[in-house]
Formats: sequence, structure tokens, C-alpha cells
Amino acid sequence: MHGSDVIEGLTGFVFPNEVHVHWTVMIVLYPYITGLVAGAFIVASLYHLFGRHELKPVARFALVASFVFLLFAPLPLLNHLGIPERAFNIMIIPNPSSAMAGFGFIYTLYLIIVGIEVWFSLREDLVARARSTTGLKQLIFKALCLFDLTVDEKTHKVDHRVVSFFAAVGIPGACFLHGYVGFLFGAIKANPWWSTPLMFIIFLLSAIVSGISVLIFLYFFISRLRKVEVDPACVKTLANFLWGFMILDVALELLQEMSIAYEQTREWEALSILISQKLHMTYTVLQLGLFSLVPFFLLGINAVARLPRRVSHLFTFLSAIMLLAQVLLMRWNVVIGGQLMSRSFRGYTSYTPGLLDKEGLIVALVIFTVPFLLLRLIDQVVNLFPPDSAIGRWRTDKPPISSSSAS
Amino acid sequence: MSGTSFDTVREAVAPPAGGRDLGRRGFIKGGVALAAGAAVSLKLRLDAVAAEPAYKMDDHWWAFAIDTTKCIGCGSCVRACKAENDVPDGCFRTWVERYTITRDPKLHVQTEAEKTSAAWALGGLQKVTVDCPNGALDGFPTEAPVEDAKTIEKAFFVPKICNHCATSPCVQVCPVGASYLSPDGLVLIDREVCVGCGYCVQACPYGTRYIHPVHGYADKCTMCYHRISKGLKTACVEACPVGARAFGNLKDPKSKIRQLLGTSRFKLLRPELGTNPKCFYIGLDEEVR
Repeated sequence: MHGSDVIEGLTGFVFPNEVHVHWTVMIVLYPYITGLVAGAFIVASLYHLFGRHELKPVARFALVASFVFLLFAPLPLLNHLGIPERAFNIMIIPNPSSAMAGFGFIYTLYLIIVGIEVWFSLREDLVARARSTTGLKQLIFKALCLFDLTVDEKTHKVDHRVVSFFAAVGIPGACFLHGYVGFLFGAIKANPWWSTPLMFIIFLLSAIVSGISVLIFLYFFISRLRKVEVDPACVKTLANFLWGFMILDVALELLQEMSIAYEQTREWEALSILISQKLHMTYTVLQLGLFSLVPFFLLGINAVARLPRRVSHLFTFLSAIMLLAQVLLMRWNVVIGGQLMSRSFRGYTSYTPGLLDKEGLIVALVIFTVPFLLLRLIDQVVNLFPPDSAIGRWRTDKPPISSSSAS
Repeated sequence: MSGTSFDTVREAVAPPAGGRDLGRRGFIKGGVALAAGAAVSLKLRLDAVAAEPAYKMDDHWWAFAIDTTKCIGCGSCVRACKAENDVPDGCFRTWVERYTITRDPKLHVQTEAEKTSAAWALGGLQKVTVDCPNGALDGFPTEAPVEDAKTIEKAFFVPKICNHCATSPCVQVCPVGASYLSPDGLVLIDREVCVGCGYCVQACPYGTRYIHPVHGYADKCTMCYHRISKGLKTACVEACPVGARAFGNLKDPKSKIRQLLGTSRFKLLRPELGTNPKCFYIGLDEEVR
């Protein structure tokens, strides 16, 4: 066919304006980062609100991680905008009928909620730092404490109550923020790969999966760097939650695909080729195959069998890494996959992100790395782990800025 | 309404391109001359705008009609549109698709799967090949886009433009209201407001939108608003040598489009999506989406 002869990477017929994929790897990264936010926040809330005390070693870390990811979530969006200097138009002149117009408000509201919760949970540490430092550093810490260094029984109680309150308010916030991201895609009737009411639930569940996974990964990683043992009860609880949420997530995705396949609509003819050819590797083999089945079995065995601790931890760690990849692939398959199929249902385009492009892989990697570096910076200032845990004691045993360790 | 007029005013008052090193006296002289020239130009321009017959939005409800039985795939419309609207390379406000439908001569060797396909339901193995080389900017190659030209059952051309939907998904999803339905029935984009998020590009079921590669805003067919609001034809209608394209005011019973739609049977593209498109296709084949 001429279409495929003229431009490389095209098969069949695509509308001429569809040759280039408009939403790039940046739009893959955006729901991925917001997913980490929502997932990490829910772990923090499991401790603060739902009394899962075995999660205490990672609860505060989860909360701060959530906040840090949240700060950087809009960055890929900004980088993607055709006219980024007009970004605030979305809040100044929002179009009430647009699914996207709510983003600025939902994001800001959630940022405020998480920001307040983080501040109250870190306040006592900031006060301690303000008291132990001098000069400019002290001034900065005093400013961070809003120049009130009172810490007593009463303030402790208030801090705790405020944190609990915002943990409660934040849960619907997290669900809304990320469910909403799914809705942005699910509401596009022009695209049969996106248009499903299940989309927001799938996004939400995969967000929780990725959030728990990133916490498990970081917890193991930091513990390894500090040469301390992870807390077995905490890891076990995280692993079990991860298993449960990943089952729900994958089951819903499979149900979704089964139902459109069974309905055999006109679109299915084109969608089946998308799944079996264009997304064969990223969707069928990797996302639903390797990176779902293996963690399912590893976490399942871990949940029901009595494994030696080292094996159990290895299974959990490997599953977390694979599920992080699984969710990233899910974002890719939705965002990019949905654009590969022409709305003529007669052809497919292709997309490979450039390395050095404005919206290329290096920029994506930088955007994704910065939150981790900021997390490391915050960790140097305040202890993100409880002082009575092994990973937290490392802080009191050693001066904060001593080794080459990085989190 | 008169976007072009204002653009021309802007161009008229803009300093000439390419600076020279002028002395202070030269600079002042030049400045005065430029200001005077610009003032005169502006005055002339505003007079010209004022002298145009008053265009009332409320009296209009624009629509487009395409007679696919007439199109010969010459691509004149695509070239005219590109020239008139300065459409960037690789982007298209209008394009022409060629459908070549073949029938397999080996009708009696279908597999079971093929028997249940839509093609079988249509009375035989039917293969549809669609091509659109560079939007048909240079028309189509004379050779058939299929291996064996003898198998061709039928072939036809289908021009495409923005459907200017009455309930447009692009207008619905635009987060800043830059895409809007004008009171006279056209879907337009406010370039001063658009943030270039591309949500409208995703939402359009017809693939008519693109992000301008240089300026970053969303762009598409305006039905040559700058022309039709002055009583002129759209560039593509003007250029079509066979009269395959027509446009007009649905509120005017005497308009060409009302007469055309009143005497023809037409179809819409993807009506099941509820977008209420206002581009009416005469002689549209079932295979066109």
C-alpha cells in the first residue's frame, strides 16, 4: 500500500495527521508518577489511619515519598505542552466541560493536603534540627517550623491528630487524583482502546501496585546501603497487600480485554491486531505475561508458604521490581498503544522515543530521577525512618552526611 | 471574525524585517515615516473592514457537503488549502483518501473464519485498500494500489475535512476553552489561549486536528472563516474542478447547500459517536470511516 511505502513504520492506512504520535513518553511518565504518589500515600494511610502498625517503619517515608513524587508529577506535562508558558490557563480559564480542566484544581488540592500532612509529621524533627543548628541553617529550619519551636505533650497530640485527619482526607484525594487520570483516557470515545468506564479503576489499582512496589524497592535498597536488616513484619505486610492489589489490577485488565474480545464489535478486528502484533511484546508477553504471572506466583508462594526469610525477601524484592516495570508498561500500552491504531481502524503507526529529543528518553529519565534525589536530600535533613527501627537507628549511629550512600 | 484583517493590520504596523545600522537622525526619520505609513495603512485597513457588508453571525449556520461520486482525486483542494492557510508540511486541514475495493477471484476457497467476516456478508471476499500519499497533496499515482488491477471491483475518492460537529468532542475536552463552537456553527480555535496539550487531537474521531509544529497550538480546518465571512468561497471549494465540494448557510433556504441536501441522500461519518457532524457526504460508501 502506498501509505506504508511512503512513510516508514506505517502499516495499512492511517489518517495523515495521525502519522506522528502526539502524546509521547512524557504522557506515559505522568500517570506513572501520579500512580506512585497515590500508591505510596495509601501505604502511609494504612498505618496512620487503619492501624496497620507493622507498616510503621515505612509509613513516614511513604508519606514524604508521595509528596516528592507529587511535586514532580506535572513536570512531564509541562514539558509536553505546545505552549507551556500558558499552563496556568487551565486554572485561570478552565472549561467546565473538559475532563482535563479539573487537573489543576485536583492536583493543587491534593498537594495542599499531602503538604500539610507531611509538615505536621516532620514538625518535631524540624524543631529538633532548628535547635541543634546555628546561623543560617538554624534560620532556615526556624522558618520551616514557622518560627514556633514548641514541642510538648499537647503539640505532639495536635500534630498526631492533624496527620490522622489529613490521612483520612487524603485517601479519597489520592483515589480521586489517580482515578481521574484514568478517566482522562477512559472518556475519549474516539479511541476504543481507551474508552471504557473501567479505565479509572484499572488506573487506580495499578497506581496502588506501583506505589507499594516502589516503597518495597526503596526500603530494601536503602537498608542494603545502610547495611541494616529490613523489618520482616513490615515487608510481609507490604508483600501481601501488593499481592492482593496486583490480583485485582490484572484481573480487571483481563476482564476488560475479554469482554471487548467477546463482544466482537467492529473495532475489535482492529484492536485484536493492535494487541497481537503492535503491542505483542509490551502488552501480551511482558505486561500480562512475564511481569504479572511471575510476581503473582512469587508473592502467592510468599503469602501462603513458610519460606526462609532470605528467600521470602528475595521473592518480594523481585516481585516489586517486576511490578514496577509492569505498571510502567501498562502506562505505555495505554498511552502509546492507544495512539498506534488509526481511528480509521485500517492501519497502525509506530513510535520510538528519541534519545535526545525534548520529549525523549534522557529527559524522561532525568524527570523520573529528580524526585529520588530530592527524597535523598530530605533524608539528609530529617530522619524519614522511625528512630526505634533498625533503618532509623542508622541515622543516630552515624552522622547524616558521612558516606557515599544514596537513596 | 476578521482574523485575517487584524493579522494584516499587525503586519502593517510591524517594523520591516532585517535591521540596518541607522544614525540617530536616520532612525528618527525612519521611525516617523514608518509611523505615518502604519497609521495610513491602519486607517485604510479599518476603513476597508468597515466598508464590508455587515456579517451577522446569528444569521448563519455553516455546513459543508462533499459529493464523493464527483471527486477525481486531483488534490487541488489540498494544495489550495495549504497555500491559503499556510498549512505546515506533514499536517493537513483537508486530504483525499482513495478506496480500492477488490474481490478475490477464488471465491470458493474461503476459510471458515472468512465466511463469518463482514466482507463475506457483503457478498464475497472483499478487500479494501485505502491510500492517501502525503494527503493527496500531489494527487494520486496512476497505477492501482493493489497487485492485480483486474480484481478491482470499485474505486473512489473521499475528501475529508473537519466535520465542524455541533456537539464536538474536541470542544468538550479542551481544558481552557480554546476550541469553541462559534454562533454561526463552526468549530474554531483561539490561538491566543490554546496551551497545546493535544487533548483535542486525541478526542477528534476523524483525525482532523494537529499540533502546529512551529507555534505549538492546535490547528485544523476553519472552513476558511476569513473568506466565507466576507462572502467568498472556501479555498478548497474554489479550487475543486468538478464541484465535489460545497458549503453554505443552512439557515438560508435558498443556499446551495440547502438545495443540495434537500435533493440528495447523504450520510455522516461515524454518526454513532453522537458528534452531530456538519459535513454531509453524498454517495458515501459503507467502507468509509
